[in-house]
Amino acid sequence: MTDRADWPLYEIFIRARGGLDHKHVGSVHAADPTMALEHARDVYTRRQEGVSIWVVRSADIVASDPADSDALFEPARDKIYRHPTFYDIPKEVDTL
Amino acid sequence: MSAMAPGAVAQDAATRDAMARVTTEQRVRYLLRLADTGLILAQRLGEWVGHAPAIEEDLGLANTALDLLGQARLLLGYAGELEGRGRSEDALAFLRAEADFLNVTLAEQPNGDFGDTIVRQFLIDAHQHELFERLANSADPRLAEIAAKALKETRYHLRYSSGWLVRLGDGTEESHARVQASLERLWPYTRELVEADALERAMAAAGIAPEPAELGAAWSKRVDAVLATATLRRPADVPFAWYGKQGRHSEHLGHLLSELQYLQRAHPGACW
Repeated sequence: MTDRADWPLYEIFIRARGGLDHKHVGSVHAADPTMALEHARDVYTRRQEGVSIWVVRSADIVASDPADSDALFEPARDKIYRHPTFYDIPKEVDTL
Repeated sequence: MSAMAPGAVAQDAATRDAMARVTTEQRVRYLLRLADTGLILAQRLGEWVGHAPAIEEDLGLANTALDLLGQARLLLGYAGELEGRGRSEDALAFLRAEADFLNVTLAEQPNGDFGDTIVRQFLIDAHQHELFERLANSADPRLAEIAAKALKETRYHLRYSSGWLVRLGDGTEESHARVQASLERLWPYTRELVEADALERAMAAAGIAPEPAELGAAWSKRVDAVLATATLRRPADVPFAWYGKQGRHSEHLGHLLSELQYLQRAHPGACW
């Protein structure tokens, strides 16, 4: 493998079928977005996994800091009343 | 089937008429040309697996190889049936001698560096694109169906190879110089792509194959357009032509076949 320090990383999102969301499937290295799309097609859609591809430069994704987990996610833990599990569902409703 | 549409009858008559204007042997030879170019190029691309400059390119080249192999299988299977001597696609691929292979000489040229491979691929992709587009309207309905399926794959192959040709040609000083040199080296083998022989003219006259002069001009135009974008110079045509499509190959095919055919030659009938 040659040095690909100048090939940035792209995150790949694939829509499996019309109507579904694009889901993150992995990442590829590529020189630019066009090449990233082709690499994504060659690497992640070989087995009919998708009908649409999004590529996003990994560097453009703003992520939460794992160190902030306590502040961001911990407070939701004791607020179980936010889950819709305290309602009686009428018998007539089959699925909700 | 009592009420057949008039169009269907006319088409069947046209097909029968076309088939009557060439011999079965000619049709088989023409199919073998198409099949062998795909088979041999697939084998060459397969040599890249594990060696490509990046894992993504490794998969890209392998995908193209598998497409070409799939096309070759359909064409070999059809050729074997037409021939009627009981030779399967495997027998045709693994048990024919070098001079019986009818692929264009360009397909068997060694991989060289990545630029050589891209130039070889681009020149053949551009040709197959124009060829399959026209063969999709062939008077031979089965060949037309195979071509229509292959065309979808070829569109991607051409996008891949022309994309890389532009990146390398219009890239750094070194990549430009190296890929221009690849083009000079491989260009002499393109002559047999555009120079028709008696078989191609007979197949065209029967409406099975495209008109050679028009096909050659379309290839040339497409190549010129991509070369211009890639800032590459089109080499001068050479007076000498190779004729792999007539079974007269360069020195490279024998070595390639020894690897391709080794297993079936050493262990006849082996399968898994």
